[in-house]
Amino acid sequence: MGENVLEVKGLSKHFGGFTALSEVSLALAPGERFGLIGPNGSGKTTLINCISGSLLNDAGSIVFKGEDISRLPAYQRTRRGIARSFQIPRPFKDMSVVENLMVPLQYVGHLKEGEAREQARVIAAQMGLADKAGVLSSRLSQVELRKLELARAMAARPKLLISDEAMAGLSGSEVDEVLAILFKLNETGITIIMIEHIMQAVMRFSQRVVCLDAGKIICEGTPQSIVQHPEVQRAYLGA
Amino acid sequence: MKYWIGAAVVLIVAVGLALAPVNEYFFFAGYVVLTAVVLATAWNILGGYAGYVNFGTPAFFGIGAYTGVLLFKWMAAPLALQIAAGAFMGGLLGFGVGMLTLRLRGIFFAIATVAVVFIMETLMTNWRYVGGATGLQVLRPPVMVPFETYTRMLFVVMAIMAIAAVSLARYIQVSWVGRGLRAIRDSEEAAECSGVPTLKLKLFACVLSGALMAAAGAPMPMYLSFIEPASTFNLSYTISALGSAIIGGMSHWIGPIVGAILLGSLQQIVTVTISGEVNVLVIGVLLVLFVVLAPEGILGLFKRWARTSSK
Repeated sequence: MGENVLEVKGLSKHFGGFTALSEVSLALAPGERFGLIGPNGSGKTTLINCISGSLLNDAGSIVFKGEDISRLPAYQRTRRGIARSFQIPRPFKDMSVVENLMVPLQYVGHLKEGEAREQARVIAAQMGLADKAGVLSSRLSQVELRKLELARAMAARPKLLISDEAMAGLSGSEVDEVLAILFKLNETGITIIMIEHIMQAVMRFSQRVVCLDAGKIICEGTPQSIVQHPEVQRAYLGA
Repeated sequence: MKYWIGAAVVLIVAVGLALAPVNEYFFFAGYVVLTAVVLATAWNILGGYAGYVNFGTPAFFGIGAYTGVLLFKWMAAPLALQIAAGAFMGGLLGFGVGMLTLRLRGIFFAIATVAVVFIMETLMTNWRYVGGATGLQVLRPPVMVPFETYTRMLFVVMAIMAIAAVSLARYIQVSWVGRGLRAIRDSEEAAECSGVPTLKLKLFACVLSGALMAAAGAPMPMYLSFIEPASTFNLSYTISALGSAIIGGMSHWIGPIVGAILLGSLQQIVTVTISGEVNVLVIGVLLVLFVVLAPEGILGLFKRWARTSSK
């Protein structure tokens, strides 16, 4: 496995008097499939916002491939290899699917117009969006929007992909489709953090799972051990 | 290529008209309409492409005008130098304003840009060298050959500036810069996470937009032979620039041109046939109508019509 691709040490984030994250630490190995679970408001999205650079952490450090990226703006982190999808899809709605993908291809990959367009078509096809390549993203269905989110993250050529509830609101077969895409991406060596409320998906996908509650890690382990864990059951069921 | 042929034709027609025996009022009104084209196009780079609504148009326009008049009074600088220096100062103001305000979003950014107008107006009102509150008369230098009058020459100068502004806006729209700005407009967070350096890009748009607005303002004292702060920093420039972009359509470089020509011409007609006060009412009514009925402007209406007729 080698050196960790991501090391989060003692990460804390406060919003006024509210503590969203309290001394969270975790490490991810290259190529790992990592699940992040926790009830609503547990700090999952805050954690990935801190990792991706959408929020700056108040304390602690984020080390990506040996470099402390805690103070870097989000676009610099993306250029270093951290890409993410959003819980609520945020397509560039006045652009076609191909143009959406051209944004990271041009800004991260520094490709020229023609090359970027060609590459965008290839990625769209890989993600099952070949027939939607020229369609405005505002006209896509929910599952297509989810695929576009992942495709745009992929176009940034990440080493670490953060998938934030990429399956929310999808049917069973659509969940399988998105899972297949994530497995395929992982096979190319990309480390993936999956945040998901659909437990079956997390259990099928993850090699290791961490459960957050009230901004703290309450347990960590294999998917099988996590579901049995009394702290997890308490956090989810209030038992 | 088609675009450049079109631009050359526009320039040839402008020069041809300026040399032809056409009524002088045409150039007087045409200059105003062309200024509106430059202002609307410049406004649209930040407001339309990036979605940052800038109410500070008069501040940029005014700094250009005052830079021009300052250089003229101090060293009798030629018009080209006045315009170049005006553009530089406008860009500098854009950089300063951008650094201070572009971290703000939505209404906060818009309010901050209004404040810049009042600051600039207060500064010029209290600066005696450029006329203070009462203003300054400007004695125009002799007109350049082959033009008969100064207004005709300014008409051609403004036509060149309009072509330059539109060419820049067009280049930005179709390039990776424009794609980045449009990404910012749709979701700044998603754009940043797609590798777009959002602050740098917004700053670039603010500097370019400010420089173009100021360049449009630089010949204004020569056009009027007079400058004073109240009319130079009048918020009607904001309404005109913003209104032209909204009415024409903000998603494409053609939109502000269509809006500015329509609105500018209408204002001139209303000013001559009814009164100068009514033309503000005309913009107001048109703006309300377009915002409610056609928020994507004339271009949006055209696209909708084209889609419906192709089905």
